[in-house]
Amino acid sequence: MNIFFERKYIIQAILIFTCFILIVRLFYIQVIDDSYFLSANNNVLRKLTVYPARGIIYDRKGKIIVQNEPVYDLMVIPRQAKNLDTIGFCKLMSIDKNEFITRINKARKFSPYKASIFAKQLSARAYASIQERLFDYQGFFVQNRTVRRYPDSVAAQVLGYIGEVDENRIKKTNNYYQIGDYIGISGIEKSYETILRGQRGTKIIMVDALNRDQGSYEQGKYDTTAIAGDKLISSLDLRIQKLAEKLMRNKKGSVVAIEPSTGEILCFVSSPTYDPNLLVGPERGNNYIKLLKAPEKPLFIRPIMAQYPPGSIFKAVQALIGQQEKVITAESRFPCNGGYSIGNRIVKCEHNHSPLNLNESIAQSCNSYYCWLFKKLIDHGNYGSVEKNYLVWRDYILQFGIGKKLDIDLPNELGGLLPTVGFYDKYYSSGHWKSSTIISLAIGQGELGVTPLQMANTMAIIANRGFYYSPHLIKAIGKNQVKKETYTTKHLVKIDSSYFNVVIDGMQQVVDHGTATYAKIIDIPMCGKTGTAQNSHGKSHSVFVAFAPRNNPKIAIAVIVENSGYGATWAAPIASLLVEKYIKDSISRPAYYIDRLLNADLIHPTFTETKEGH
Amino acid sequence: MSNLGQNKFWKSIDMPIILLYIALVLIGWLNIYAAVFDESHASIFDLEKNYGKQLLWIATALFIGLMVLLIDSKFFSVFSFGIYGITLLMLVSVLFFGKYVNGSRSWFEIGSFRLQPAEFAKFATALVVAKYLSSGVKMERFSTKISVLGLIGLPMGLILLQGDVGSALTYVAFILVLYREGLSGMVLVICLLIGIAFVLSLLFAKAAILISIAMITAILLYNFRRKKKIIPVIIAGAALVATMVVGFSYVFNNVMKQHHRDRINNLVGKEIDIKGAGYNVNQSKIAIGSGRLIGKGFLNGTQTKYDFVPEQSTDFIFCTIGEEYGFVGSVVLIGLFLALLLRIVFIAERQRSSLSRIYGYGVASILFLHLFVNIGMTIGLVPVIGIPLPFISYGGSSLWSFTILLFILIKLDSNRQNIVK
Repeated sequence: MNIFFERKYIIQAILIFTCFILIVRLFYIQVIDDSYFLSANNNVLRKLTVYPARGIIYDRKGKIIVQNEPVYDLMVIPRQAKNLDTIGFCKLMSIDKNEFITRINKARKFSPYKASIFAKQLSARAYASIQERLFDYQGFFVQNRTVRRYPDSVAAQVLGYIGEVDENRIKKTNNYYQIGDYIGISGIEKSYETILRGQRGTKIIMVDALNRDQGSYEQGKYDTTAIAGDKLISSLDLRIQKLAEKLMRNKKGSVVAIEPSTGEILCFVSSPTYDPNLLVGPERGNNYIKLLKAPEKPLFIRPIMAQYPPGSIFKAVQALIGQQEKVITAESRFPCNGGYSIGNRIVKCEHNHSPLNLNESIAQSCNSYYCWLFKKLIDHGNYGSVEKNYLVWRDYILQFGIGKKLDIDLPNELGGLLPTVGFYDKYYSSGHWKSSTIISLAIGQGELGVTPLQMANTMAIIANRGFYYSPHLIKAIGKNQVKKETYTTKHLVKIDSSYFNVVIDGMQQVVDHGTATYAKIIDIPMCGKTGTAQNSHGKSHSVFVAFAPRNNPKIAIAVIVENSGYGATWAAPIASLLVEKYIKDSISRPAYYIDRLLNADLIHPTFTETKEGH
Repeated sequence: MSNLGQNKFWKSIDMPIILLYIALVLIGWLNIYAAVFDESHASIFDLEKNYGKQLLWIATALFIGLMVLLIDSKFFSVFSFGIYGITLLMLVSVLFFGKYVNGSRSWFEIGSFRLQPAEFAKFATALVVAKYLSSGVKMERFSTKISVLGLIGLPMGLILLQGDVGSALTYVAFILVLYREGLSGMVLVICLLIGIAFVLSLLFAKAAILISIAMITAILLYNFRRKKKIIPVIIAGAALVATMVVGFSYVFNNVMKQHHRDRINNLVGKEIDIKGAGYNVNQSKIAIGSGRLIGKGFLNGTQTKYDFVPEQSTDFIFCTIGEEYGFVGSVVLIGLFLALLLRIVFIAERQRSSLSRIYGYGVASILFLHLFVNIGMTIGLVPVIGIPLPFISYGGSSLWSFTILLFILIKLDSNRQNIVK
């Protein structure tokens, strides 16, 4: 014992107090604070995404239009990709050193610790060639994905394409998507995204500090399997879709064919088109830019985005409205005189015939007849004033699905152009316009814009004698073959079915011995109407609309060939072949008939014009 | 030695210390096994692995411990300066012939065998300080202080020259010994309080610290209620700490600039760049923190098993304990250490020989500093200083030197009836 004996208490107190501090701190980080536990999981657990296969799309007969093909993304974890034999690796991947450095730096910028894509969508063949040597290169591994494959290379604009989801979309969907996910960007891929995409699976693995796989976590208790996307059955008929695309090669325009009784679209062509396989795989970006810059605008979906004045085909609609409004009957006649005069202006008629009845007016497409009819409807209608009469007339047109969207299952559909009363009130000032001011509308010219889809749908309405189902491209969804409610709702047009006969008669005469006799099909009574839509960009558009057979129609069709002249020259024979192919599954026409259409190049300047009568 | 003599010899050995020692060494080995375990090398005798080698170190350490017990107590007194001299020589020669490991030149390499003289300098210094202070010098005298500082500073300086800051810092522990032997308490108190208050004010909410201080003060006042002289000291100390805590956090948050704060946060292990220099501490905290209350169980620690924690069988061995045995296991370990330390103090105080007493305090101080700094750094209380956790960390040199350190005390204690000069 010495005099400082008591200091032992102080020293003991220090020892105890220090241990107490350690314990308090341990209590804090081990018991109170959760974050370390979570960080530990972050360290050791890796959530791997298992990508589902996208839904397959079939045509109406069960043939595959879109399928999946396995590809391999080469992934890199930059932190691990050290001491690399860069030259050997570049040789293996057939890239140069600069490219290698750019890609590695890009990956490193994203995260040195996390995997990012080094080379996208290697084909099975490319993968096989590097597979055996890949283990030499630390930090690289391969992740399986699937991409779209289009065995027949058709219906590009219908199907659309998929691409990697962008930041905006990720935010908008509350992070449903993750970076690297594919998403439908256009076409059916976009409008049926939620059905096609399926459900991602996850696999949780444990990794060590060098990110090496140490096996699954808790025997895969928290893993989920990927669920493949549902299949879609398209209403398209691959046979006529393929034929239509062939016939429309080197022509600008559209083909839309609808099954009138259901609204199912049988054929949907926007020409020029492209091979949908171009927008798949590592070259997707470059090909997309090329398509975007191409002067023929292949990405422009004409059947739902291009709007044309309907021209003569509009007369059929006018004839129906006239009868329903009782301003004419089937026997009403109007003088022709080679044109309809308003002051010193004249709406010319190609012919100068004796006054025609309704049936004949359609068969011979008399302009004067419809100007007189329009004057009766608008100026002397049943509702008291020009504005009110116009409003009623416009409402009829809307019932035909013209001037509004038809709700097709594709993005970017346009509604077309159908002026409101307000438009003319503003343009001519209120009370200062009447039928003569807007007489172009009588014959489907002027301020009218109708899409090919709307033209085909109008034919479906006439074929059905007064109703339609919204045209659509997918007839059944998934295993249970569900149909969207939108497409099982019948839209009625307020025109008595008895008024249709005379119009249909006229349309049959057009094909049988009118302007479109060239399109006549043996054994199939077809009703049609040619149109020659004038436009300010060169030659008129060749338009033909039709349905067949006359009774129990199976197909309604609209064909537009831009800047090619008369409806009978191009549009009518193309439609005729498609109708025959669809109904009879064979074509009775001679080879030269088909070859002329197949070989015609109406886009490229080398084409020399040949004047042909209609 | 007769049978009777043998019995007497073993009876004179302090069994609690021996048991605590064995317990800690075994805990150490189990955790080294867990830290480097992998299924392909499951044999515990695998000399490829640290746990296999540690078995060898443990066996040799026990042998060395036994040898120490068999040496006559007088040897340590008589040869204290000799041993000290030899160690200094080794410390000097390692500067010239040593091998660089992790940036410091502090290892001799003989074949595959490596020896770190700095470890052995610890007990040599403890012994020489005890010898010097028990030789009748007066602590109050300036020359004494200088001499003692010299004895401690010499090995410390040489170790610093090797670049091993961590080992050098352990010599600070001798302040406790000097305090016990008469150095003014104020030096100690002020150093300690400043350090503690500063760290506390950065790591915990003010309110929590103030409440803890109040509680500790109350306990201390109750314990020392019969010692009127100490009461004002306790109150003053508590007030001082409380003021400093409040003051530091005020200065830290309102006076300092951001880059100052960053540096200090870095030092205390907060808000560090987890990919850079702070990686070790962060990973070590994650490992310990993820153990939660009762831990993940033996061999189930993912952080240590998958190498997220660096130096996991040596300096960061505590991570394995924290992760696999949780808060409960950590407290048990710290409890064992505290029991050992208090037992050593108890033993020291029962010595009739002041050499034995002073040496005892030396042992306690060295072990204490290692304990605090080592565990403190793994949980972000102390900046990362690479020193081992005594008896637990992997390593022959440190296990041997701590064994010798402790067993000399046990030997001296077994002879406490005879005054050793």
